[in-house]
Amino acid sequence: MLELATVQGVSVEEQGVDYSPLAIRGLTVSYGQKPAVFSVDMAVQPGAMTAIIGPNGAGKSTLLKAALGIVSPLSGLVTVFGQPLEDQRARIAYVPQRASVDWDFPTRVIDVVLMGLSRQLGLLGRVRARHMARAMDCLNRVGMREFSDRQIGQLSGGQQQRVFLARALAQDADLYLLDEPFAGVDAATEKAIIAVLKSLKEAGKTVVVVHHDLATVTDYFDHVFLINTRKVAEGPVAQAFTAETLQAAYGGRLATAQIDQISRALG
Amino acid sequence: MLWQALTLQLGYNATLVAIGATLLGISAGVTGTFLFLRKRALVSDAISHATLPGVCLAFMALVAFGGDGRNLIGLLAGSALSAWVGLLCMNWLTRHTRLAEDAAIGAVLSVFFGFGVVLLTVIQSMGVGRQAGLEGFLLGSTAGMLWADALVIAVGGAATLALVMIIRRPMMMVAFDPEYAVARGLPMHRIDLMMMGLVMAVTVVGLKIVGLILIVALLIIPPVTARFWTDRSDRVVVLAGLVGGLAGYLGAALSASAPNLPTGPIIVLVSFGFFALSWLLAPVRGVLAAVLRHLRFQRRVHIRQGLLALAQGQKIYEPLTIRLLCRAGVVRADGVATEAGKACAAKALRDEKRWEIVRADQAHEATAALYDGLRDIETVLTRDQIAEIDRRIGGPQEVTS
Repeated sequence: MLELATVQGVSVEEQGVDYSPLAIRGLTVSYGQKPAVFSVDMAVQPGAMTAIIGPNGAGKSTLLKAALGIVSPLSGLVTVFGQPLEDQRARIAYVPQRASVDWDFPTRVIDVVLMGLSRQLGLLGRVRARHMARAMDCLNRVGMREFSDRQIGQLSGGQQQRVFLARALAQDADLYLLDEPFAGVDAATEKAIIAVLKSLKEAGKTVVVVHHDLATVTDYFDHVFLINTRKVAEGPVAQAFTAETLQAAYGGRLATAQIDQISRALG
Repeated sequence: MLWQALTLQLGYNATLVAIGATLLGISAGVTGTFLFLRKRALVSDAISHATLPGVCLAFMALVAFGGDGRNLIGLLAGSALSAWVGLLCMNWLTRHTRLAEDAAIGAVLSVFFGFGVVLLTVIQSMGVGRQAGLEGFLLGSTAGMLWADALVIAVGGAATLALVMIIRRPMMMVAFDPEYAVARGLPMHRIDLMMMGLVMAVTVVGLKIVGLILIVALLIIPPVTARFWTDRSDRVVVLAGLVGGLAGYLGAALSASAPNLPTGPIIVLVSFGFFALSWLLAPVRGVLAAVLRHLRFQRRVHIRQGLLALAQGQKIYEPLTIRLLCRAGVVRADGVATEAGKACAAKALRDEKRWEIVRADQAHEATAALYDGLRDIETVLTRDQIAEIDRRIGGPQEVTS
């Protein structure tokens, strides 16, 4: 690892970056000829909750997907806990957008959560009592225990989102990446999810969330990462989430009134 | 005759065909389930049509080297090779061009099949005496099935089944949530390719019995049929195997029970029969169940609306509502409410008021989400909660009219 670092001429200050739970350098992703994410650097703070914020189409989800190798970047380097992504997959739990799957798929809530245990189950291993207990425990943490036998299509949007979170919990990862977990969910679900995420943070885990609701940023998160194709700002909420950075990220898309409101909330 | 066919008493050939068709049906149903759940059902059609040039080229090669042009293993190896090439073409077209998968399927299917038909014509003009029978691969031909042929099907089917069982979890994860599967480090493209390789194996094994044009039916109809009966993917797999196996067995028996009935098409029709029955009769997802559910719902809506109208002294115009209320003993034939009916109506109106309170109250948010205008409030709130709401509404009201 040291050799690699010297080859790339990484300075001493950046050694910290190297051991970040998720470090991204010079990441560019393009659909066709139009870059969705352009030359973005990111270093996620360990043990904190980070929000990735930006206007629609700013590349928030794409950034996350490229970091996980779900879409292939044109260029860029991703390290996870200072190691190449492929070696650290077991330490990452990803919660995709709810709309990315077919909810009419013939599967029950408990089966979805058991997918989080696929590493422990292996190819041929039977689902044993301890696996079931673990899956039920994760459902319990998101308040979905009674729903374990339901077909997933019978759930409300918020409940589906909580099942996805339970699947991620089952992995017992160190880094949690969530893509718009609060989009279109009911208030009860939002409360349940944020409580789980805060408990993860207290347990020393790192949480990164693609987030769209500017009003809740200061309540929920410690760090923000503002993006509009390029990185706009990154850092603790108090420093990086300001009227100026929001103006820079959203441009004319955010009404002045909204920005004023947020600056007032920030004090 | 049919009974004898079903109990395998129609001679050696019929028995071989029945056993082979059953095994083929099981492995096709099980393998096809993964294809169906991955929403790639039509890929199998392209794969099967892409076998034809391989069969013809293998035949030509066998004859050219002085072998027996009808050596089944040789022909199947050829078909597998060209199907694999077709599969790779399709994969490449979808991943590296802007063509959508359906267009890639269409292109590969027609080009490979067209090429195969040209080769068939060439073979016919070659004057090799023994080419007769290659056309049998189009729709299957079981007339001269040998012990060795049955063995190929049995071994091939069993091997496919075993492989499917080994990689069933990764295939299911990729089918349900490909992004999550990739994030977990599963090689999605390789798993997809393996799945299609297994489909190809089933296709090749099934060429002799159902032929390349109809094999898609055996891959797709059983899982679609099974889906009607269960909401669990593992059960869809097992049921699809059962349906496929049963269709293979019954179809083979039926076709053996009368002269000149083609085996492959009969098997396909039998599996369609299972599909049609399931579509009609399946308890939750079937058509009849859906119609009944809708009618029941409609009745509840009418009765509720009728009760509310009675309670508020409005006139009911809809004949269906009056008929339903009449049957429920709420109103008499002349449309006047009975005593019991008045009580019911008052209760309905009161429940509606209770719901109004619930829906306006932030504290009852979760309960309010359950409001659909029909649900009895007792099923969602406790007696104490209802009493509390009633205190806010005030005393009961008399229903006039």
